[in-house]
Amino acid sequence: MTSDAKKLSLLLLFIPFALWIALLIVLPHIGMFELSLKEKIAPRVYEYSLANYKNFVTEPIYWNTLLRTGGVSLLVTFLALLIGFPVAYYIAKVAGKRSKGALFLLCLIPLWVSDLIRAFGWILLLRETGVISTALQASGLIDGPIEFLYNDATVVMGLVYTVVLFMIVPLVSTLDGMDNEMIEAGYNLGGNGFTVLRRIIIPYAMPGIVAGCIVVFMLSAGSYLTPILLGGKNSSWFTEQIYDQFITRYNWESGAAFGFVLLIFTSFVVWLGLKLSGQTLSSTVAKS
Amino acid sequence: MGQAVQQPILRNGYRLYMLLFFVFLAAPLVAAGVFAFNDSMFPSLPWRGFTLDWFFSDVDPKIGMFHDRRLLRGLYYSFVIGSMVAALSVFVGTCNAFLFVRYDFRGKNFFYILMILPLVIPGVILGISILAMASNLANGVERSFGIELELLRPGIFLVVLGQFSFITTISSLIITARLKKFDSSMEEAAYNLGASRARVLRTVTLPFLRPAMIAAAIVAFLVSFENFNTTLFLVGSEAPLTITMYDRMVKVGSTPVLNAVSFFLMLGSALLALVSVLIQRDKSDQS
Repeated sequence: MTSDAKKLSLLLLFIPFALWIALLIVLPHIGMFELSLKEKIAPRVYEYSLANYKNFVTEPIYWNTLLRTGGVSLLVTFLALLIGFPVAYYIAKVAGKRSKGALFLLCLIPLWVSDLIRAFGWILLLRETGVISTALQASGLIDGPIEFLYNDATVVMGLVYTVVLFMIVPLVSTLDGMDNEMIEAGYNLGGNGFTVLRRIIIPYAMPGIVAGCIVVFMLSAGSYLTPILLGGKNSSWFTEQIYDQFITRYNWESGAAFGFVLLIFTSFVVWLGLKLSGQTLSSTVAKS
Repeated sequence: MGQAVQQPILRNGYRLYMLLFFVFLAAPLVAAGVFAFNDSMFPSLPWRGFTLDWFFSDVDPKIGMFHDRRLLRGLYYSFVIGSMVAALSVFVGTCNAFLFVRYDFRGKNFFYILMILPLVIPGVILGISILAMASNLANGVERSFGIELELLRPGIFLVVLGQFSFITTISSLIITARLKKFDSSMEEAAYNLGASRARVLRTVTLPFLRPAMIAAAIVAFLVSFENFNTTLFLVGSEAPLTITMYDRMVKVGSTPVLNAVSFFLMLGSALLALVSVLIQRDKSDQS
């Protein structure tokens, strides 16, 4: 191939990529940032100012909601890792060759079911007239119906449920690549189960752990359906605030500012996670 | 097998844990699906006998999903949107795969990170940023030229763009992974036999990529079908199924017809997921 032809084909392949990233990712975000700096001073008259951000800082309910969203999402990430790691380890290292594929598939099937249907299922199980409450009454364990919905524990549980698969998939693929002999060697050198886990397995699985944590955290902090449907209207989730500003109050400037704050916040947490674990975005997320 | 799980008690405990985990995974899906067959006005216990009314009945008050106009229309819009997103994202994803696997250019790593980025931007933000840009553009055109660009107002076109913006990352990653495994001696052999570049692409390289392209299309279709966060902000009057279902759940309260839709969707996704897995498996045998 001549170098001119090579250059031409490179250019042709670069065009769709550039259009996609520029028109749908970069420009909209620049536009959103610009919008967030506008302040309405009269109908159809705008001025550049930091009023929307000032509003966010001075109104405790807004940044409390953000901190709450972040805190709950960190908890969800931690729980998803705690619950998902043994499952991933079982699939990658303990299960036989045959059952391995089947178990992995079982893990993936709920991945392809919409958030909405999963939340709907939980509602049917957990509400006052739901399956669990009815079953407990029928068994005589409780006297009256119990409402399991609309509390923080249920929101956390629902979020863990929604995201745990995104933790398991990258973990299985990293643990799969690990040589069993490494684990054997650890035991032969006199390590007990805990030491082997801490000194050999976890360091090896680190890229998978970080990838899983990043995706899970972003999904949790950016989720909308699960907190609203399982936590009720007062679940105070930050995406709900954004929706409120954009759709209910039609205050796009303030909504854009909130969106930007969420983006900065989640990016910061992801960046911090990558720095602390010594990984990069392409060594983790791209691989899953 | 790890030595830590050699002792029978630990091993059985571990198995029990796995079992509990899968019960946890299955519970809400089973609940959402099973009540589609309950002969009752409410998706809850007690069980009042088996029925298919919530799928096929056309008598009020039990309108089955296949006679419910709004749900069917939602299904149709979801299908149209999903197909467009799948086609677009596989096309751009294939271009991206060639771009990043076959070529070296300045700033390649930077662009590669840009390509992954949409996956870690919350869907809500993708939705509002695209909505804001499109409205801005439409307003500008209207002010300057007096033309109303209906296309840039919330509706199917914007929903497709919004979903495409992050699903392309997924399809690019799937197709890139496959292209990396390509043995370039196959192409060289074809060149040596006198084939042109276009012919080699058509008869050697693209057939090799086909399983990944089909898998990427299926994944894109399913992700589009179930997307809610991005769609919520971009949707116009042509609401896809997830939005229609959500509206009904929140405003009207749920009847088992929603369970019927859930069951139908789960069945569809499971089948498509199975197809995509079979195709992917096929690929590992070939290479």
